[in-house]
Amino acid sequence: MNELGDSFRIAWQLVASFDANLVAITALSLRVSGVAVLAASFLALPFGAWLALARFPGRQGVIAVLNGMMGLPPVVVGLLIYLLLSRAGPLGALGLLFTPAAMVIAQALLIFPIIAALARQVIEDAWGEYREQLVSLNANRSQCMRALLWDTRFTLSTSVLAGFGRAIAEVGAVMIVGGNIDGVTRVMTTAIALETSKGDLPLALALGVVLIVMVVLINLAAQSIKTTSMRKHG
Amino acid sequence: MASATILPLSVESLAFSTGDVTVLSEISFRVEAGSRTIVLGPNGAGKSVLLRLMHGLLTPSSGSVRWAQNDEALFRKAQAMVFQRPVMLRRSVRDNVEFALRVAGNESAAPAAATQALEQVGLLHLADRPARLCSGGEQQRVALARAWAIQPEVLFLDEPTASLDPAATKAIEETISAIHARGTTIVMTTHDLGQARRIADRVLFLHHGRLIEDTSADIFFQQPQSPEAAAFIRGELLW
Repeated sequence: MNELGDSFRIAWQLVASFDANLVAITALSLRVSGVAVLAASFLALPFGAWLALARFPGRQGVIAVLNGMMGLPPVVVGLLIYLLLSRAGPLGALGLLFTPAAMVIAQALLIFPIIAALARQVIEDAWGEYREQLVSLNANRSQCMRALLWDTRFTLSTSVLAGFGRAIAEVGAVMIVGGNIDGVTRVMTTAIALETSKGDLPLALALGVVLIVMVVLINLAAQSIKTTSMRKHG
Repeated sequence: MASATILPLSVESLAFSTGDVTVLSEISFRVEAGSRTIVLGPNGAGKSVLLRLMHGLLTPSSGSVRWAQNDEALFRKAQAMVFQRPVMLRRSVRDNVEFALRVAGNESAAPAAATQALEQVGLLHLADRPARLCSGGEQQRVALARAWAIQPEVLFLDEPTASLDPAATKAIEETISAIHARGTTIVMTTHDLGQARRIADRVLFLHHGRLIEDTSADIFFQQPQSPEAAAFIRGELLW
């Protein structure tokens, strides 16, 4: 019990003193997961919108696979990206393995199905409400998609946040493709795993606390913006 | 307004079923240019379905809906519809109207045309208000402004005042009259006899999915030919 209490106390000191190591790791985590979310959203939101409106044989199968991929094991994604980026792999010449860029790719791949599947559901629900009006206005597929993406933006922000939560909290994929190199590819989750294995519980705990607080604060801010905007725009 | 008219509209032996339920059967009539046709009938008569079939939102089970022009792009562009509960896009009143103009291909003229349409329906002072925060009557006028802006040759209206108070209903009816006065043909459903009397010059009376009467408004209200229409006008309950 004492050990846990001490760990919390030291963790708080690290946070309160803006420990350089802690700040660097936190900043890299935010940068990697932030870029991964932006990249994944850029592709996943339009894909989700397209899938919501498209009708083709096998569509239900595609939706089932996409929904299933929401639970992709991070280590499998990490392994896949590792094989692609390793020196002998098809993209080995790019020299991205063990760089933050590889971590971004792995996280983006991991969260693409989450954002796309949730966006598909949100937009398909909205399509039920909007379909007759947009068809009546002679909006084409692309115009319908853009209108629906814009009109569901507040709800879609929750999908994006779900993706961010998954990205910043995962450890398996970034560990494999990033290598947990100190000062280069060490992010919060890999640092927590490492410090725990080394027995340095205060730093692990400090990182854990920062991680949880950060995710909660980002979600609170997003929720607040969403609520205010919805009140303003209806 | 399109240079080549899409009217008259010929509806021939139109039927619509969903599952085992027959919603409409053997419906035939014509809509002539410049008319104000009211599709009248009790709830469940098939009025809204008929309007959606004419507007192309539903596909007939059998029969046909034929416009004077065969070019689908032309006849689709020349018509608009206002729904009982119009969908307001999550943007300002002005942007809702401009959206309609932009998808119709009037990108450069959109701001000026939207201003003119909003002025016409008396909503220019609400142009910057989020459309979803407008009252039901105001939203219906935004929907009419969208229709006004794209200058359709035919305007379908599906019970546009069904849930509005008398003041809002009056404003909507005045706007419909103004749109008609500009040369737009009106096809509107209602189960409100008073409204039908005020607007119609022709009545299509539906009951149980069948067209019971197709006649001028004067004859319909003074000498209904069917017992169902006579009972409806007397205010008796039809089922």
